[in-house]
Amino acid sequence: MSTLSFAPVKLGRYLLWGGFALILALAPLAFNKGAALSILSQIGTVMIFGLSYNMLLGQGGMLSFGHAVYSGLGAFFAIHAMNRAGAGIAVPTSLIPLVGGLAGMGVGILFGYVTTRKSGTTFAMITLGLVELVFASSLMFPGFFGGEGGVTTNRVTGTPVLGISYGPQIQVYYLIACWLFASTIAMYAFTHTPLGRMINAVRDNPERVEFIGYDAQWVRYLTLILSAFFAGISGGLSAINFEIVSAENVSAIRSGSILLFVFIGGAGFFFGPLLGAVVGIFFSVMLSDYTPAWQLYLGLFFVVLVRYAPAGLASLMMLLLRTVRFGKFGRIWKPLLAVCASTAIGLAGLVMGIEMLYHLTLESANGSTMTLFGRLVDTKASVPWCVALALMAIGIVGYRRLQPGYGAAWHEVNAEIVARLSGRSP
Amino acid sequence: MEFTLFTLLNGVSYGLLLFMLSSGLTLIFSMMGVLNFAHASFYMLGAYVAYAISSKLGFWPALVLAPIAVGLAGALVERYGLRPLHKAGHIPELLFTFGLSYLIVELVQLVWGRAAVPYPIPRELDGPLFTLFSTSFPIYRGFMMLVALAMLAAIWLVLTRTRIGLVIQAALTHPDAVEALGHNVPRIFMWVFGGGCALAGLAGVIGGNAFVTEPGMAATVGSIIFVVVVVGGMGSLAGAFVASILIGVLQTFAVALDYSMMSLLNWAGATITPETPGYELLKLTISQSAAILPFLLLVLILIFRPKGLLGTRE
Amino acid sequence: MNALELKDLRKSFGKSEIIRGANLAVAKGERCAVIGPNGAGKSTLFNLVSGRFGVSGGDILLNGRSVSGLRPFEINRLGLARSFQISNLFDKLSVYENLRCAVLWSLGYKYSFWQRLNGLRDAHERAEAVLEQVGLQHQRHVPAAVLSYAEQRALEIGITIAGGADVILLDEPTAGMSRSESDAAVELIRKVTVGKTLIMVEHDMSVVFGLADKIAVLVYGEVIACDTPANIRANPAVQAAYLGHEVRA
Repeated sequence: MSTLSFAPVKLGRYLLWGGFALILALAPLAFNKGAALSILSQIGTVMIFGLSYNMLLGQGGMLSFGHAVYSGLGAFFAIHAMNRAGAGIAVPTSLIPLVGGLAGMGVGILFGYVTTRKSGTTFAMITLGLVELVFASSLMFPGFFGGEGGVTTNRVTGTPVLGISYGPQIQVYYLIACWLFASTIAMYAFTHTPLGRMINAVRDNPERVEFIGYDAQWVRYLTLILSAFFAGISGGLSAINFEIVSAENVSAIRSGSILLFVFIGGAGFFFGPLLGAVVGIFFSVMLSDYTPAWQLYLGLFFVVLVRYAPAGLASLMMLLLRTVRFGKFGRIWKPLLAVCASTAIGLAGLVMGIEMLYHLTLESANGSTMTLFGRLVDTKASVPWCVALALMAIGIVGYRRLQPGYGAAWHEVNAEIVARLSGRSP
Repeated sequence: MEFTLFTLLNGVSYGLLLFMLSSGLTLIFSMMGVLNFAHASFYMLGAYVAYAISSKLGFWPALVLAPIAVGLAGALVERYGLRPLHKAGHIPELLFTFGLSYLIVELVQLVWGRAAVPYPIPRELDGPLFTLFSTSFPIYRGFMMLVALAMLAAIWLVLTRTRIGLVIQAALTHPDAVEALGHNVPRIFMWVFGGGCALAGLAGVIGGNAFVTEPGMAATVGSIIFVVVVVGGMGSLAGAFVASILIGVLQTFAVALDYSMMSLLNWAGATITPETPGYELLKLTISQSAAILPFLLLVLILIFRPKGLLGTRE
Repeated sequence: MNALELKDLRKSFGKSEIIRGANLAVAKGERCAVIGPNGAGKSTLFNLVSGRFGVSGGDILLNGRSVSGLRPFEINRLGLARSFQISNLFDKLSVYENLRCAVLWSLGYKYSFWQRLNGLRDAHERAEAVLEQVGLQHQRHVPAAVLSYAEQRALEIGITIAGGADVILLDEPTAGMSRSESDAAVELIRKVTVGKTLIMVEHDMSVVFGLADKIAVLVYGEVIACDTPANIRANPAVQAAYLGHEVRA
């Protein structure tokens, strides 16, 4: 049971949002190599998508397997709007995400009425059915969905305003950053409205909510509509960023990914999805450039997290920060460092083994040598395997010996903190 | 006549395969409340393990050994992965199986590569069972149906006629009471999970060579078996049976029918041209819509009869 | 017009009839306790009145208006609030937030997503007032799940009365409490239900005789007696069915 709350003091609040804006503004300067900008852009859109998903999952306790219908259909409407720029009303590119948002909201009004009548596992199943339905129907309506190849567009249309044509990636990044900032503020503000608080109540006890005057289904329905609006915005931005939208945008796979990312980041915290987006894109976009095993790593990471830290990375961060706040960090940092070190060694061995295994089975046609951590390694020789196994062994042994000490210190420290917080000790 | 008969037979055999798959899923869900997202991955695992065993020892040993191997893997997964999560609630359990499904697909690709593997139908079962007019019905399809029906009978017998089956049925609704009576409920859960995975593995052994054995095979059946379980009624084996046959036959027929609203209207005398409003919708043939039928059914059932056809709970 | 009236109320679950024609009339401002042996149907009665279960027969009138068949939130909006025997709180929310949620609808904020929650003065003041009444001011930021049992029961009552409903149903408010905790709870209940109609299910006779103006005795789904505490104590049918022998309050 978490007793954490994220309620910064007034000044701290402005500092935090200011800091966020600053990071968004300066990120391209820090990460300026080649594809970095496009990765930052992607992270931005996924952040909005993740935050919108967390309105359902973290704030409402609604596990959806089909959130991509709102972002995906929003993206389709957005891209068609971009392509219609020649005929009729031309929507300026900066406002295209709004088209996506409104479309997403419309779909939310339609689908949400059906899905929010149920809750729990039934709700999850119905969302799965809907996303598969939409995905399967994408081949049936090539006019809208563009068939197998999807719908493409050119984001550089019309006359540039103030020199902004959205041709260069940097301009697209700042467009995404602005929408991200605005959306984050909006979604954060939502958590401090009556509806935002009541959806929390519905999450905690949907039955009791009815006895204090609220129709739980309406609370869920309205929240879903708002969530679909923001999902649609992320879809619109995605359409601008990639200039292509295809059936994959409305797939169960994409819905599954955002669930993965938000869960990894931590659904219990508002900023969890932000973390999750960064980690998720790291695995799926950046890591995929370096190793074919990235999905395996993502899967392993996710499973380990579910098992040992189901509240996500944000919770780990906040728990550590909490020990600092209570002045007890000094008691745990040494055992923690030791456990991390041995885990890192074991991980290095595991990664070595996996990489070599992948090379043997998938790329053996190219010969048995591969580059591992910058060095040439012969996967058929026994030395690298022995090294990998040795590292794993050291890691395991080290973990087993060091973990109990850390575990004891951690539990002790946390018990004291919890006692302090629940008012049972001064 | 010939068309109807063979499409029906094909539909039923496909439905029985779906049943083999979804029966395990239903059992696991009824007993443990866990929606096993990795179920289709165990199906895939069964096919690959059978391929590996059959290339060394032949098909018949594989038929016996592969499901056992997959079942053991499932039991281990339950014991070390799922059991510690029981107290955390259903969502972490669900998410664990979700992550597991990714992992199994990756591991399979790691060991056997990304291309389809040539897992063949054994020579004894290759060929036509009977030929009617000009179409023949393969022996292997008949064999599939036989195995599925035998499996259904075996499950029913175990659950209703044996002591362990009785205990399982009791643990289904009252695990605490059963544990208080001295039965090792966690161990029962482990074997039920393993059993369910073994059934999926068996489906893989049978289905892998009839259809193709490749890394994508889990994804193709994955969503359909959830439709089957939900439509049939979560927690009802009989419901899963009815739903599998229904969906199997429905899809097989749909894929073969080339009629559309347009053809119907044209037959009634109207002339539909590309200029007619709604042309895109009207010209859709049933075969083109076949892919969405199971999901349409799922959504409709969840709206109008969330208990499913024969289910006892939502 | 009575605050609450039950007219030949019936409820069956499958073939078992739990409530078999219960009749009761509670006047405005009255404090009525419902007592009876275990299995008599007291909690079922509350569930019927508050809308949690559907009625199989008969009628329920709230301030003269029929409410049988309405959903719980509809009944609540008409001025009836209930507590639960097993504390039914919003676990992850703090004590203060629990109470604030309970006041929102009655203050008219409904499904607003455009108003700043922390800027709603009346919601804040009401929540603070209830916080003080139930004595949980020092626990205001503690998540409900972490509270002690007695504190949770106090919060349970707090949530029930926070919305300002006129008719309050309390389901075994002192269940599981020690003598001193019960006495404190009785004081609390007396304080917060001033001017309201109170209907209470209770097993603790000292609580009943201390608080109630009227006692209704429910046996096998029927109200066999409904009278002042003194008369109920002396009623031979009640003594035979429930009290056993004369009870000293």
